[in-house]
Amino acid sequence: MAALTGSTNLKATYRESMDRILFGDNQFFGVNHMSEEKARTQAMRFQDIGAVIDVLDDVYAEGIRTFMCTTHERMQEVCDHFRANRNRYPGFKFYPCMPYAHKYANAAAERGVVGAFRSFLPEENALGALLRGGMSVARKDIEGLAALLIDAEMKMFAGLETPVVFLQNVVTDFLLGLGFDEAFRTFADHVRERYGAEPGFITMNAPFLLQRLEKIGIENPILCANINKIGFRMCGGGEAYEKLMTGGRCRLIAMSVFASGALPPQRALEYVCQYPQIQSIVFGASSRRNIAQTKQLIERLTPSEVAAQA
Amino acid sequence: MLRVGIVGLGKMGLSHQSMINAHPDVKLVAVCDSAAYVLDVISKYTGVKTYSDYQAMLSKEDLDCLFVATPSRNHAAIVETALQRGLHVFCEKPFGLDPEKSFQLAELAESKGLVNQVGYHCRFIAAFTEAKRLLEANVIGELHHLRAEAYGPVVLRPQGSTWRSQKSEGGGCLFDYACHAIDLINYLVGCPRGVSGTVFNSVFSNDVDDEIYSTLHFSDRFHGQLATNWSDESLRKMSIKLSLWGKNGRINVDRQEIQIYLRTLPQPIENLTQGWNVRYTTELTQPVWFYVRGEEYSAQIDHFFQTVKNGGSSASNFRSASNASLVAAMMRKDAAREHTAVVAQGADNPETLNRPKGQKSYLERVFGGRS
Repeated sequence: MAALTGSTNLKATYRESMDRILFGDNQFFGVNHMSEEKARTQAMRFQDIGAVIDVLDDVYAEGIRTFMCTTHERMQEVCDHFRANRNRYPGFKFYPCMPYAHKYANAAAERGVVGAFRSFLPEENALGALLRGGMSVARKDIEGLAALLIDAEMKMFAGLETPVVFLQNVVTDFLLGLGFDEAFRTFADHVRERYGAEPGFITMNAPFLLQRLEKIGIENPILCANINKIGFRMCGGGEAYEKLMTGGRCRLIAMSVFASGALPPQRALEYVCQYPQIQSIVFGASSRRNIAQTKQLIERLTPSEVAAQA
Repeated sequence: MLRVGIVGLGKMGLSHQSMINAHPDVKLVAVCDSAAYVLDVISKYTGVKTYSDYQAMLSKEDLDCLFVATPSRNHAAIVETALQRGLHVFCEKPFGLDPEKSFQLAELAESKGLVNQVGYHCRFIAAFTEAKRLLEANVIGELHHLRAEAYGPVVLRPQGSTWRSQKSEGGGCLFDYACHAIDLINYLVGCPRGVSGTVFNSVFSNDVDDEIYSTLHFSDRFHGQLATNWSDESLRKMSIKLSLWGKNGRINVDRQEIQIYLRTLPQPIENLTQGWNVRYTTELTQPVWFYVRGEEYSAQIDHFFQTVKNGGSSASNFRSASNASLVAAMMRKDAAREHTAVVAQGADNPETLNRPKGQKSYLERVFGGRS
């Protein structure tokens, strides 16, 4: 549950106590890091949004209450369903992850960088007009642009519970590399002020990101990062991650714990669960059996002090 | 610390900037682009020095390396200037549109002992490097056929206002998707010595090709087929896949996995067994220092810097990239030729596919059709 807590920078902010188990959405959108064939099979199965909702019904029935999902345009229909059937899903919440970057990357190749942004902004907007006419980008403009883009991505979640809003890894890590730290601050502020939500950051470079977030005063951030026994996409190396997982300076969500299926579930989860500071584990699955088994395994392996916090 | 500059801050240039800036062995000194708003944001928020004229940047800044990520048409002139100034150069693919000029630049870089690399990042995808290693070890025996396919969603509508939609700017599927596939073929099995039956087709674009199909001839007993289409919405991003058939088996390889079928196992080779063997990217990929959008993008940049530091030749150099441009040019030439097709029974004269505008085809004349 979200709790209103005092904060040092005068603003009251929500502090979300995240569930131990979060459900992810890669399988719904043809993302599989191991096999294109598997990805396509999944894309076909979930072409009908009804099939996605069936799985989410299973997820709910198994007692999982958080769905961490990309702001893919197809998510609109899922959101519509949850809005229309609110009573069937008490306590269910969404963790939106934005943006769905391929949308922007493809548009950038087709229309250029500015053209891409323009195409995702409301036509009538003054900033849109500025961009169309070319502009000098003052600080306020960039903040305004970021706010508009965030609002555009959040629109589909209107009326649903979204206590944490994430910046997708491709954007987080791109900005991190550029040294565009201000953008993290802008994102965090807007998400807090406009949505009363906590900002979260998905990253493949968690140790490096934490350093930079602390530098701009974002303390104890929610980070969602690959954490798996084989070190797949854990940039910065095992030692730095070890420090992160034991340092107590961030709230961690482990993703890709099975390294896209390269690791057997028991071994994979034993590894992640040995770190009590990992608060949550996000996983995706397509069958009720798989969902139930993974959930049971996580619960069995979760140390009691972690279970008590969740 | 190597001192680095970038020319061209589009999708590729910005992504390079992010990775270069995060590299521990180098310092990003300055960037250059023609778009004032991009420079404005970059200078304000990342603190790097910006220029709108690359000549000015090269004369004022003391650089060791230059990254060139402008629209393709400008590559040659910028690369040449940088080489003349003694800089190591990383250039985005397709390097040069004119193979002759490309080979000249390769020679210039080699004669000056400068490291030269082109952003054919597929050479840095672990599954493809593994395929190369296995082919060199001759595990599937003498090759007789290959198929290279690249599909993805770039042009999905009859519009487009960037350089990618203009032939004169180096736009089109040929210099984009097809060049990736061609370079990968060259990397794995060497250049084809000829091409035939090449078809360029526009699906949505006005000025450029959206799909290309071609038959490749490596020797009298080894042929291949190339199929590329950047107007395929069924995929999230470019998907490139190669299938190779040898006398002792087959290899299928894409970004995610490599599948190896071996008919026999004459002598023990590593962990391979007779029949199917599958290796996944998760086990093959080497960690990188910083990840933005795929290990291969980071790995190619690190490879460039390590080659500058330690000497040697890049695994994706101007010469290999010129070979890709050469094969692309062969395809363009082949497609422009008059092709004679074998037509349905009953046709008196063979039809030419490239018939003059306005003239009806054989099928249209027989069955009717729009004139």
